[in-house]
Amino acid sequence: MSVTIQIPTPLRRFTGEQGEVEVDGATVGEALSDLTQRYPTLRRHLYTEEGALRSFVNVFLNDEDVRHLQAQGTPLAAGDTLLIIPSIAGGVGGHRWRNCPS
Amino acid sequence: MAELPELTPAEIRHYSRHLIMPEVGSAGQRRLKAARVLTIGAGGLGSPLGLYLAAAGVGTLGVVDFDVVDETNLHRQVLYGRSSVGRPKIQAAVERLRDVNPHIRIVPHEMRLDSSNALELFRDYDIIVDGTDNFPTRYLVNDACVLSGKPNVYGSIFRFEGQVSIFWGARGPCYRCLFPEPPPPGLVPSCAEGGVLGVLPGIIGTLQANEVIKLIVGVGDPLIGRLVLFDALKMRFRELKLKKDPACPICSENPTQRELIDYEQFCGVGPEPETVEMDSEMTVSDLKERLERGETLTVLDVRTEQEYEIARIPGAQLIPLHELQDRLGELDPAATIVAHCHHGGRSAQAVGFLRQMGFDRAVNLAGGIDAWSLVVDPRVPRY
Repeated sequence: MSVTIQIPTPLRRFTGEQGEVEVDGATVGEALSDLTQRYPTLRRHLYTEEGALRSFVNVFLNDEDVRHLQAQGTPLAAGDTLLIIPSIAGGVGGHRWRNCPS
Repeated sequence: MAELPELTPAEIRHYSRHLIMPEVGSAGQRRLKAARVLTIGAGGLGSPLGLYLAAAGVGTLGVVDFDVVDETNLHRQVLYGRSSVGRPKIQAAVERLRDVNPHIRIVPHEMRLDSSNALELFRDYDIIVDGTDNFPTRYLVNDACVLSGKPNVYGSIFRFEGQVSIFWGARGPCYRCLFPEPPPPGLVPSCAEGGVLGVLPGIIGTLQANEVIKLIVGVGDPLIGRLVLFDALKMRFRELKLKKDPACPICSENPTQRELIDYEQFCGVGPEPETVEMDSEMTVSDLKERLERGETLTVLDVRTEQEYEIARIPGAQLIPLHELQDRLGELDPAATIVAHCHHGGRSAQAVGFLRQMGFDRAVNLAGGIDAWSLVVDPRVPRY
C-alpha cells in the first residue's frame, strides 16, 4: 500500500532534502519502517536504540495523532498522508545552546 | 464581567475601522481596552505581535525581554531599525509601541522569565502569548499557563515552517499533550544551523495576534485543540486535530506535576559542560601560532555548507556535523584535529563524538570561527 510521508524541514537533511516520500506499508509502523530503510540515517532521529518511537516524535495520519488511534498499529489506506510533526522552538533556530549566544 | 471601560473621543477615532464592524463594535473594542495581554519575547514573533496588539487597542500590553538589539535581528524583527542596534530591546520596543498607540498601557518587563517569577508575573494578565525561541522557556510558559488557568497563544518557527495553536489546559490540550518531552540537544539543528525566512515570524506572529484578538473580543472559532502548520515554500496551511492527553503530567485531571520545575534540566540544556573538558579546548590564538609554526593539524569545520560559503578558516576541511558519523573515514585517528563551528557548541559535540570513536587528539576551537574573526583575522566576515 503506497502512502505519502511528509518530512518536516529539520529532518529533510536525512532524506536528501525530500519533503515528501512515497513509502509502502499496511500500518503506520510498517510505513515508518520502510522510510527508515530508505534513509537509514533518519532512524536514530525517529526511534530509540530499543526500537521504540521517540516520545518527542509526533506522527499524524492525515489530521489525527496516531497516539489517539492505534499508534504504530494504525492501519493505512492507499493515498493516506502521514505527517511527522517536529517540536520546533522557534526564534532563529530549532534549539538554543548554552554556548551558542545567537 | 466587570464593567467595560468607555472609549474616549480620541480612541473612537483611532479604532473607527474596528468600531464599524458588527463583529467588533464598541463592545468588542471596550473588551480590548479592558484586556491584559503578556507577550513573552520581543523578537521575530514578538515584533508583529506587539505591533498589531498595540495597534488593535489591547489596553494593557506587557512585554518580557532581556535581550539587546543586534544587526542580525533586523531581517525579521520589524519592531527595530538600525538606530536601535545595541539598545535593550525592551526600551526600543516600548518606544515604538507607544508611538503606534498612545492610548494603551505598555508594561515593560526587562527580565529573564524563569520558574521563580513566571506565576507571579502571569497573575496580572489574562492571556499569555508565547513568542520565545527555546524549549526550556516554552515548557515553562506552558506549565505556568496551565497552573494559572490562562490561555497560551503559541507560535513557533523554523526556516520555512511555522506552527500556531492555543494551548489552554482548562479548555483543551496543552503544549505537553502534544510534545510530552523536548528533543534532546543534538537531535534537532542548533540555532546557528537553523536560520529562518525573515517574513515567516511576521506571518506566524500575526496569526497569533489574530487569535489573541478573537479570544478577547469573543468572536470566531479560537484555535483550541487545533494545530495549524504553515509551509512558506509550498504556500500551504494544514490543520491537525489535537486532543488532551488523559495522562498529561500537568493539565490532566490527576496531574503528577503541580508546580513549576527546572526547565533547563528538563530540556537537557543545563549550564554545566557535559562532554568537553578543559584539556580538549584550544584558543584561536593558540591555533594561529601552531599553524604559523607549521604544525600538522587538521582544522575540521563542522558547520553547514552555507556557513562555509559565508566565512571559513583557510585550509579547513568541511564535514557538517550531521555527516560526521558517516564520513569518519576521511579523518586520521592519529592526527591532531581542531574542530570548529560558529561559536563552539556544535564542534564541542563533534569533539565529544570523535573522542568516543577513538580520535583521542581531537580538540574544540573555543569560540569558533566568530572568535577567529574577532581575535585573529578580521577579514573573515562575522555572521
